[in-house]
Amino acid sequence: MTILILEQLLNGLQFGLMLFLLTAGLTLVFGIMDLINLAHGSLYVTGAYLTATLTQATGSFLMAIPFAVAITAILGMIMEMSLLRTLYQRNHLSQVLATYALLLICNEAIRIIWGSQPLELNAPAALSGPVEIVPGLFYSSYRLVIIGVGAVLAALLYILITRTKAGMWVRAGASNRQMATVMGVNIKLLFTVVFGLGAALSAGAGALLGPLLSVQVGMGENILILAFVVVVIGGVGSNRGALVGALLVGWVDNDGTAALSMVLRQLLPPTTASTLGSTLSSILIYILMAAVLFWKPQGLFPARG
Amino acid sequence: MKKLIVIAASGLLVLSPASAADKVKIGFLSTLSGPLAVLGTEAQDGFNLALRENNNKVGGLPVEVLVGDDQASPDAGKQAADRMLKRDKVDFMTGVLFSNVLLTIAPSVFAAKVFYISSGAGPAALAGAQCNPFFFGIGWQNDGQSEAMGQYLKENGFKNVYLLAANYAGGKDNITGFKRTFDGGIVGESYVKLGALDFSSELAEIRATKGDALFFFLPGAMGTNFIKQYVAAGLDKQMPLFAPGYDADEDTIAGVGAPMIGLRNASHWAWDLDNPANKHFVEAFQSAYRRYPSVFSFQGYEAFNLIARAVSDVKGNLEDKDALRDAIKAARFASARGDFKFNTNQFPIQNYYLRVVQKDGTGTITNKTIGTIFKNHTDSYASLCPMK
Repeated sequence: MTILILEQLLNGLQFGLMLFLLTAGLTLVFGIMDLINLAHGSLYVTGAYLTATLTQATGSFLMAIPFAVAITAILGMIMEMSLLRTLYQRNHLSQVLATYALLLICNEAIRIIWGSQPLELNAPAALSGPVEIVPGLFYSSYRLVIIGVGAVLAALLYILITRTKAGMWVRAGASNRQMATVMGVNIKLLFTVVFGLGAALSAGAGALLGPLLSVQVGMGENILILAFVVVVIGGVGSNRGALVGALLVGWVDNDGTAALSMVLRQLLPPTTASTLGSTLSSILIYILMAAVLFWKPQGLFPARG
Repeated sequence: MKKLIVIAASGLLVLSPASAADKVKIGFLSTLSGPLAVLGTEAQDGFNLALRENNNKVGGLPVEVLVGDDQASPDAGKQAADRMLKRDKVDFMTGVLFSNVLLTIAPSVFAAKVFYISSGAGPAALAGAQCNPFFFGIGWQNDGQSEAMGQYLKENGFKNVYLLAANYAGGKDNITGFKRTFDGGIVGESYVKLGALDFSSELAEIRATKGDALFFFLPGAMGTNFIKQYVAAGLDKQMPLFAPGYDADEDTIAGVGAPMIGLRNASHWAWDLDNPANKHFVEAFQSAYRRYPSVFSFQGYEAFNLIARAVSDVKGNLEDKDALRDAIKAARFASARGDFKFNTNQFPIQNYYLRVVQKDGTGTITNKTIGTIFKNHTDSYASLCPMK
């Protein structure tokens, strides 16, 4: 039983950290530029597809990741400079419509380039086996690496935002855009760089999750909804909020489903229990969100104080 | 010149009998996008191979194939099926892989009096009480391969089996089939959403049950991902994996590779079955697509050949539905699975074989047939079907 709980907690942690990589960019873009970007998931998908293609071309997963992340970051910056920039002054409805169109265009483009068949992406052979963490608990070494990489990236991002000058500009932009501009921050450049950083982090999440899930069109949509929930729970524009929110959502989504279906299976036939378990746990996430909004309407760690 | 064409055209009109159609329209509706699409493409490749071998003609009539994508969703499937039935007025339909999609479209297919040749889904309902004169299952009733695996696990003394399946009609049928023949203990039974790809929390639960085997039914990329994650979590050392044949076929092996070696599964067909029709099919498929055929390619191929032979037997007269039905039911084409015949519910009576995934002489990982589990197996629903 202890092993089961421990394993489920690790699963939740792994999912939460990946969700954080996806949300970190989203919350900064939302917080600093006041832009709702529904096409953020497309950057995640692009990262995964590029990693799969480059892995096939170079034969090395580890070589493929940095290139895929860099290319996606550049694509993201081009997207910001060409299209999204014109949307900052528009209201949220226009932004949602425009970025939703962008999402559909990206999906079709991916379908045209790579076809509708999922791509195969395998973790390096060295990581395909299990490791024994505590006696009796064998855990996938690849999932452990993901947890490690996710944690390191989260720490680096935290240092970047709280301890560096660039981070100070980002925080200034998030808490009061006009004031930051008046104080001489080059907002235009800052926006492009922040967008590129967000794109790189999402691409990283796509690349790391690729071997676990299959790389396919539409893989970004489901996870994007959760990413927005994380943004709301954590507080718009807050990096710390994104991390806490992502871990909360990861644990509730993963362990909530597991615990609920285990309890329900004692009472109901297995098919009903499984259906009900996954339905109830997706409700749980929204209950969590509603509760946070009730007590902390600005989210757990609001960037704009 | 113009005159010549008119004469030629009128000549053609005279030649073709008034009652016969001028072409045969087949609606091929399958899952061609999304994580389950690999199966649809397999089926389409087999179907197209048979189409080419017949030079796009059956019984002297040209064939028109209308392709639709159901995205494994009943809604999308219903729309595409209605278009084929109402606008295109197809004569036959085939291709649907998922029982939930098939059960949704079946009533309108039957109402339109169109023959449905199922090369995939074989839901219990359509084999039993809701069997229909316009429905033929060319492959299986969903329980079949899993009944065979249940029998195998029983004979080999497994006592504590964990069952995992996709949560839809086909998944439930497979688990029902397994339980019908397996009489040992079941340590756990759980269902995951159709299309789910991350199984981390199921893996944790499976580990905690400490069973002695795991039987799963997860189609398409679900199965590929599950096996990879199962092996990565080290569970294959504790509980060996068993699956129905369509979960352990060439398409899955292509995605998983070496971790699948040793997986035992049951199927009514295998590429190494020794009969002339199968030899021809496997060779033709390999030269066309440079890979071994999977059970779904086999069934796409068989569905076309069944239609082709029946249309040719009735000499292209598609209007006489009773004669056409008798011709289909006789199944006179040379099946690559060897001899089989249709039962009263129009599902096959056939053998089920035990296969194991292994490395062959050339180093290719593939299935090898190592025994026969059932001979002339009939499904358990035929007695509920009112057709005689």
